[in-house]
Amino acid sequence: MTIPTYTFIVKQRDNNNPHAAGLLADAHTLGFNQLTHIEVCDCYFIQGHLTEADKQQLATRLFCDPVAQIGAWQATAPVAEQAVIETALRPGVTDPVAEQIQHGAQLLGIKNIEKTATGQRFILTSTQTLNEKELHDLAQRLFANAVIQYYAIGALTPAFSSSTGSSGQVETLPLRNLNHAQLNALAQERRSALDEAEMQAIQHYYQSEQRDPTDIEFETIAQTWSEHCSHKTFKAIINTEDKQINGLLNTFIRRATEEIAAPWVWSAFVDNAGIIDFDDEYQISFKVETHNHPSAIEPFGGANTGLGGVIRDVLGVSAKPIAATDIFCFGPQDLSFTELPEGTLHPRRIRSGVVAGVQDYGNKTGIPTVNGAIYYDEGYIANPLVYCGCVGLAPKNKHPRDPQPGDRVIVLGGRTGRDGLRGATFSSMTMDAQTGEVAGASVQIGDPIIAKGLIEVITRACDAEIYHAITDCGAGGLSSAVGEMASNIGADVELNKVPLKYAGLAPWEIWLSEAQERMVLAVPSVHVEALQKICDVFNVELTDMGWFTGDQLLVVRFEGQVILRLSNNFLHHDMPQRILNASVIPSSSSVARGPVAAAPYRARKAARGREPAYAPPLGLLELRSLSCTENNSLLLALLAHPNIASKEDVIRLYDHEVQGGTVVKPLTGAQNDGPADGCVLKPVVTKGTRGIVLSNGLNPEIGKWDPYAMAVSVIDEAIRNAVAVGADPKRIAILDNFCWGDPKRPETLGALVAACEGCYDAAIHYQTPFISGKDSLNNEYVSKDKQRHAIPSTLLISAIGIIEDVNKAVTLDFKTAGNIIYLLGNTYAEFAGSHFIKCGGQVSVAEMFAPGLPEYAPELYANLHQAMQKQYVRACHDLSEGGLAVALAEMCIAGRLGCAINLIVADATTALFSESNGRLLVEIMPENCAAFEACFAGEQAKLLTRLGEVTAAQQLMITQQKQTIIKLAVNELVSAWQRLAKKEEV
Amino acid sequence: MSVRALILHANGTNRDADLAQAFELAGAKAEIVHLNELRNGQKNWLDYQILGVPGGFSYADTLGAGRLFALDLQIYFKEQVSQFITAGKLVLGVCNGFQALVKSGILPDLQFQQTATTLTFNAKGHFECRWVTLLPLSQTCLWTRGLNEPIYCPIAHGEGRFVLQNPASLKTLAMNDQLALGYANADDQLAEEQYPFNPNGSINGIAGVCNLQGNVLGLMPHPENHIFPYQHPRWTRGEQGRLGLRLFENAVRQLS
Repeated sequence: MTIPTYTFIVKQRDNNNPHAAGLLADAHTLGFNQLTHIEVCDCYFIQGHLTEADKQQLATRLFCDPVAQIGAWQATAPVAEQAVIETALRPGVTDPVAEQIQHGAQLLGIKNIEKTATGQRFILTSTQTLNEKELHDLAQRLFANAVIQYYAIGALTPAFSSSTGSSGQVETLPLRNLNHAQLNALAQERRSALDEAEMQAIQHYYQSEQRDPTDIEFETIAQTWSEHCSHKTFKAIINTEDKQINGLLNTFIRRATEEIAAPWVWSAFVDNAGIIDFDDEYQISFKVETHNHPSAIEPFGGANTGLGGVIRDVLGVSAKPIAATDIFCFGPQDLSFTELPEGTLHPRRIRSGVVAGVQDYGNKTGIPTVNGAIYYDEGYIANPLVYCGCVGLAPKNKHPRDPQPGDRVIVLGGRTGRDGLRGATFSSMTMDAQTGEVAGASVQIGDPIIAKGLIEVITRACDAEIYHAITDCGAGGLSSAVGEMASNIGADVELNKVPLKYAGLAPWEIWLSEAQERMVLAVPSVHVEALQKICDVFNVELTDMGWFTGDQLLVVRFEGQVILRLSNNFLHHDMPQRILNASVIPSSSSVARGPVAAAPYRARKAARGREPAYAPPLGLLELRSLSCTENNSLLLALLAHPNIASKEDVIRLYDHEVQGGTVVKPLTGAQNDGPADGCVLKPVVTKGTRGIVLSNGLNPEIGKWDPYAMAVSVIDEAIRNAVAVGADPKRIAILDNFCWGDPKRPETLGALVAACEGCYDAAIHYQTPFISGKDSLNNEYVSKDKQRHAIPSTLLISAIGIIEDVNKAVTLDFKTAGNIIYLLGNTYAEFAGSHFIKCGGQVSVAEMFAPGLPEYAPELYANLHQAMQKQYVRACHDLSEGGLAVALAEMCIAGRLGCAINLIVADATTALFSESNGRLLVEIMPENCAAFEACFAGEQAKLLTRLGEVTAAQQLMITQQKQTIIKLAVNELVSAWQRLAKKEEV
Repeated sequence: MSVRALILHANGTNRDADLAQAFELAGAKAEIVHLNELRNGQKNWLDYQILGVPGGFSYADTLGAGRLFALDLQIYFKEQVSQFITAGKLVLGVCNGFQALVKSGILPDLQFQQTATTLTFNAKGHFECRWVTLLPLSQTCLWTRGLNEPIYCPIAHGEGRFVLQNPASLKTLAMNDQLALGYANADDQLAEEQYPFNPNGSINGIAGVCNLQGNVLGLMPHPENHIFPYQHPRWTRGEQGRLGLRLFENAVRQLS
């Protein structure tokens, strides 16, 4: 007898559904103008023998809010008359709702539910009947993402994840006797992203072992040796025109940290996250990762699990997550559908999905999302970038990291399915039109409530000192988590014990699955029971899958049979070092090569005659003075530019208040809507008034001209932002996240080398150590015509700093009319990569310099910090995209006050719009001006320019030798800057 | 002996520590207790004088915000909660806690059946985090009685629009003095349905309601996130006051 399936359909009583309105607008932009209304209903597909009373209970008490919604049910049957499209999640895709239905039904005493699934129904009303093709078109482009969903025109027949029979099958891959071509073919066939030298190393190992690998062994090696897990590009030998670099990481990034040797750095590049001291009792950790490839094909799940991953990284250093950050790079939102490359999602769909993914995970795990940025560029159309960060707080020296022989291998958290298989290798491959389809299995969807349970359990287990080591299951799943944890000791585990979401997984799939929300712990046998008790309270599943052995072997069994046996030495040390060639654009400045601190400040000439790949066409006019009208409209255009404009519409979707520690919020000022330079946090549990500062620097536009200049600029920007809100410049640490194209191309690798050089120089210059970093390479898209399109080389720098007293934090909003405004730092004609050019400003090619590393800046920031300690500084704002004019406008907007500025300069265009580094604006009360100026002694005094004052008159007024060059009302600034945020519904 | 507050944690609760801290600062002794610990008898309802149902996303808000938490309350704790309330002890549901109290039928009338009111999707259709001003309106409500100053605090929710099955019942709630808190505009007047002062489109700008007795209060905003001056979004401009802490002090004082 077949088990009946019922579809429960729930709709809102009132017809005011903003989500449906958004879909309708999107349908119109797709050209479906005949559509007049879309009704969205939730569908619950329930398989089981249900009584009428059961159905009634489910509809009225579980699925439907009786006051706001109407619920109905039916045995699955065609829908009459109306144009209806139904979608549902594919079987196997994580569906937290479906799982909770079982839980809810149990509470209601309904026991006969066999299987559950969820979906949506879209009821379409139109002026003309939609034909079959149009309905399919709508379904594919608007309602269903084929990667995770399927759809039907009319009622859908739900598919439930079913067991395909138990599968203990292990294949042997005969590779000992393969020739080079056959080895490469095998690598391709198993989508392993291993190169020839690596395949040969594997072959060599098995020849010496006198056997062939099992599938699970091969997959484990491929994961462990993937770019994602082993960073082989950053460890490779690189030959440039004039030298050999033995590993970018060691030569530039880690070397800077080692040379700086800051005593407050507790862990750099060793643990899952970088760790620094907070105070005598606590330490703080910070990790930022990218999740670009998954976000390109399934934006919600990609971003969702991107944040989930860094949260687990912080848990993996035994810390409690206390803040999240997110930085996104998207294609232009107004891209026409005809320009959309085949097989890619529209940048708007990517943006809304990514934002929703971060919102879902951050909000539901109770972690405030407090700092971020969004950047738009055509180079990100096919390859969006999604950076997620997480900050953790932990008692000092409570993070154990040495598994002992005899410890149990304990897995906590979610169950294992086919989610994200081969994610690590997938992220190391190039995208093309088929990627979405082929890599469907690589998509993970998170379940933040399981992550929340893990947070509760692990913070308590850490306090109780229950475990010897901990790590998260990220890319590579158990293979990588258990493998890494056992890398100095060895382990013996049984896969049959791992709880599965559904049956039928092959052993290698269990071992490699990237199912989310799992942590691996090394727990002494005597403590397992105590851990189990904590887990029971928070409904977290605990699995004991084996033990740490001490024999330096990784052994995996299935139903007792050994199916994997690899020596630690081979797995973790035998990967051949890659040798790559780089073509580094020669530098024209001494800044890049000489000792930075000693070198005089000099602008680096950008691009050195080469037309950068993404630079907009340049006018040939010489830099000239612009009229007041021209300046006004340029400033308004800059404020309205998507990269500079308010991000309020996105920021408010994130809970930035939970945990009660957000002292300087992302939106600040007189009307809580000004753009904060950084975030200040006061963790609730710490004593005293000390706080944490978070900020970031990102400027791919400069990178198109000069990757070295980009690196120094974004490091300066991140530090500048942190200092602007009150961070002690001597207590800032930074994280690097490189997103690049294919490093096998010498020019692309050359740009990476130049950026790493910039990282070293700037870190040493500011004495600011790197504590963690990550790279995401191969961010390229191959179009139908076989052309490769790489993203603009993009380096994100995230900063974490200390502020001694959060009560001395400073925000950017102008505070009081009559206060004096100073500019700190020097301005040069540095327009390469500027938003002045992006917004139509014209500069001759001879003027194209990219911003360099300001020699004076470390001392300037230290002096400014002293002035802040003495509380002379009422407001402070960093100058970045758009230069001085935009910074002043933002201070006016945030404070809803005007200002009167007089520029004593020859070249007003440079003064207003150049994007030189090392500059900040401050507001000082007149009676404190002398004392403030006294903070900057000697040469530093020359860096202060008194510009004018804050005014009660609601206008931004800038003159040059008594001639008005900008005059705009504050409300004009506000409306230009907020136009996009107020218009767009995410 | 100090007043003891039970902060009830369900899977996905996330403002439990924030709520506990507010009660502690107000002079109570607060304890975060997972509902499993009450079910298995490790903790006892009788040990507490205050029940705080915190914000968060219990069970990920699947099947509607607070829906499954409400079922927990109805099915596991109906008797204990009834006794707690009829004994005149104090109950506060914030955000997800408010949603659970309404959807379990504990608010507005302890019927344990949701018939009259709900909290549904914000009029704007999405989650939103922003600061709002609350006017204490009810003298029946033991939490707001005597408060003579508005409260300034953040909201952070996607399903906070208070609606009634029958709009006429608004009159009854008003007559019973159960409309405890309202959203205020820039002039400290009731914001009615004016966005963004009323951020979710709740009918008549209602931000919080209490039961007939006045000892159970539910509200969407988070007074527990404004208990220190440095949490005020404009403290760098010298603005302070209107602490959410007052609400907690008010309640704890009455029990001490």
